[in-house]
Amino acid sequence: MANECNNRNESCIRPDDPRYKELKAYIDSVRDQQGINIMVLQEAQRLFGYVPLEVQKWISLELDDVSVGELYGISTFYSQFNLTKQGKHKISVCLGTACYVKGAQAIVEALQQHLDIEVGGISEDEMFSLEATRCLGCCSLAPVMMIDDDVYAKLYDTKQIPEILDKYYLESELEHEMESEVDA
Amino acid sequence: MAKAKAKMTLDTLKSIQADVLAQQEKENNIRILVGMGTCGISAGAREVMAALEAELAEKSDVENVQIIPCGCAGMCTYEPIVEVVEPGKKRVTYVHVTPEKASEIMYKHIFGGDPVVKYTINGEFKTLNEQNFYQKQKRVVLKNCGEINPEDINEYISRDGYQGLAKAVLELKPEDVIEIMKDSGLRGRGGGGFPTGVKWSFAAPNKADQKYIICNADEGDPGAFMDRSVLEGDPHAILEAMAIGGYAIGASKGFIYVRAEYPVAVQRLQTAIHQARELGLLGDNILGSKFSFDIDIRLGAGAFVCGEETALIASIEGKRGMSRNKPPFPAKEGLWGKPTCINNVETLANIPQIILNGADWFRGFGTDKSPGTKVFALGGKINQTGLVEVPMGITLREVIYDIGEGIPDGKAFKAVQTGGPSGGCITEENLEIPIDFDNLVAIGSMMGSGGMIVMDEDNCMVDIARFFLDFTVDESCGKCVPCREGTKRLHEVLDRITEGEGEPEDLQRLEDLAENIKATSLCGLGQTAPNPVLSTLKHFHDEYEAHVTEKKCPALVCKPLLTFEIKDDCRGCTLCSRMCPVRAITGETKQVHVIDQEKCTKCGTCLTVCKFGSIIKY
Repeated sequence: MANECNNRNESCIRPDDPRYKELKAYIDSVRDQQGINIMVLQEAQRLFGYVPLEVQKWISLELDDVSVGELYGISTFYSQFNLTKQGKHKISVCLGTACYVKGAQAIVEALQQHLDIEVGGISEDEMFSLEATRCLGCCSLAPVMMIDDDVYAKLYDTKQIPEILDKYYLESELEHEMESEVDA
Repeated sequence: MAKAKAKMTLDTLKSIQADVLAQQEKENNIRILVGMGTCGISAGAREVMAALEAELAEKSDVENVQIIPCGCAGMCTYEPIVEVVEPGKKRVTYVHVTPEKASEIMYKHIFGGDPVVKYTINGEFKTLNEQNFYQKQKRVVLKNCGEINPEDINEYISRDGYQGLAKAVLELKPEDVIEIMKDSGLRGRGGGGFPTGVKWSFAAPNKADQKYIICNADEGDPGAFMDRSVLEGDPHAILEAMAIGGYAIGASKGFIYVRAEYPVAVQRLQTAIHQARELGLLGDNILGSKFSFDIDIRLGAGAFVCGEETALIASIEGKRGMSRNKPPFPAKEGLWGKPTCINNVETLANIPQIILNGADWFRGFGTDKSPGTKVFALGGKINQTGLVEVPMGITLREVIYDIGEGIPDGKAFKAVQTGGPSGGCITEENLEIPIDFDNLVAIGSMMGSGGMIVMDEDNCMVDIARFFLDFTVDESCGKCVPCREGTKRLHEVLDRITEGEGEPEDLQRLEDLAENIKATSLCGLGQTAPNPVLSTLKHFHDEYEAHVTEKKCPALVCKPLLTFEIKDDCRGCTLCSRMCPVRAITGETKQVHVIDQEKCTKCGTCLTVCKFGSIIKY
């Protein structure tokens, strides 16, 4: 699965991808409810990690009376949806007011510099994608960033950032080693 | 749970309450409350909980101890918090608990009967309620947060839960319920402050085969998290209130529209809905009456504008969340064209208690025109951050200095921002004004959903205005021109000013544009988006002028306007010159170094690395 796509600007989900089956089962379970477009896109994103146009086309064929245009309109309107592939780990820096006044912008800049990455982008090695998010609701721990589900609080000192990221590189190296050991 | 299957009546409700209370008040019973809101979990509460449970599991003969995950007590700076409650004994509050401390607490206190005083607040053996933070608070909305297990309906019932609903459906007519709500004077806590009873009375008389109650839990204001706390700490209160609202306006279906970014809240709501259905407190013929009501959850997908009623409705319908013209108001034509009432989380959390205790009880707090309490999320440059619930009419000074204990590091107070991206900044001169809906509007801000961000001398107000516009430009739905184009232009001008390229005429431009956007935008988002600009322009005109005429940022925030210089006491350690990313610093070892101002990108690295304080910025 990890190597299914080498081009990070294009999606490469095969039409026979087993996740389509899961998505179909979900659609069937909510089909009789009203207003399910957003719910279906949310489920698709949960399964695939993002909702590229080809998945949207598939959904449009699956749902009656919903055009790709409508789905595309929804997926580009709401900030939750990603149309391009995401990094292995998602970094979200909170730019809510409480974090901003306590220096969250410096965290974003440090990450950009360290990973050579734009906000909304994905790093060359596909390890991280960087997002600036709305308030995460942990204002008393400001400034805050999240990597996947882990919260890193009170990041006054941006020098901690390389150290935090190293943890994920190390984890990934260990995984690789384990895999190659298994292969051997 | 033997009673679960039996038909729920008021008597069974009361007998569950009596059972739970009897258990809690039994001698030797020990309740260990662990703060498991998002804030607590971020600080490590899950690990603490696991450590407590592991210790308890080792003592198979101990039966009098319950470990209870509960919501946020509001004092987030002390998380993870563990409280020990025993009948007839002083409550013990442990703060900044780690798994190691948790094990020690179990051994010495729970099994040994000897509280570990050194792990209480400042080692003073004081409870949360004895802190300054709580002295001026009055807990109505947050009364169960941090006190009960949100995933156990019986605990909610033990604190009079669902008795408001029982009173409504068994003793009152729908119009009586609306009358009580009108008398209470409760105003919508989501921002606008519209009277809830009046809102309900608009929807009630409209005849339709289906009506809806919607709970607006799309808490989008950056810096506000009270709704999250209520949903995480007391989800049943929201379900009960929605059912009461449904009874009052004649709706049989409710939706909770909640942010997907609040996974803990979503999961607790799902559990709560499931439990309420099991007990017959949601579903057909609630408490044996003719009233039927059920609730579904819809997840928001990240759009601030969906806090606006018509945009929220579009989003539940599965469309782009764009607002539309009113009228028709949702009370007449709302979700799928049916009469719909939308109430915010904090508003709803008041309702069960108002029905149970009466309008006069509620009017006992707050002011005449804004009765009750308001929850504020106190954050920014303040010593005690967290959630505070205060009676309306309290002054900002009391909230900031008595509850929040002032500004850290001896810095000077500059402003407090209320109302989020729709609000404004309030300065020193207005700190004595009693907080209520109308007073805040009168001084150029608004209540909003209750974010209260304190700023000190190190915050640049032009930069703050730019920050809020950054947000509104991003979140404008794009339907109407004044908001879509106007906010973008406002942002461009502010950007220019903070980049050092502003001109004196820009200030008038900002003001004219802001007034136009306010007057002509379609919905609340655009109508209030210029507020941060107007209020900072009004109160901090000097600061704007310094940016455009002297090209200086007095708070030393806007980088392009700064100058970095090395003082004569430089020891020539060469560190700054080695660290400078653009090699703008030159100098021999042990000689005073110099920054080439042409090359300097004002990144501030030299200032951070200098060990002798020889670099200054101005």
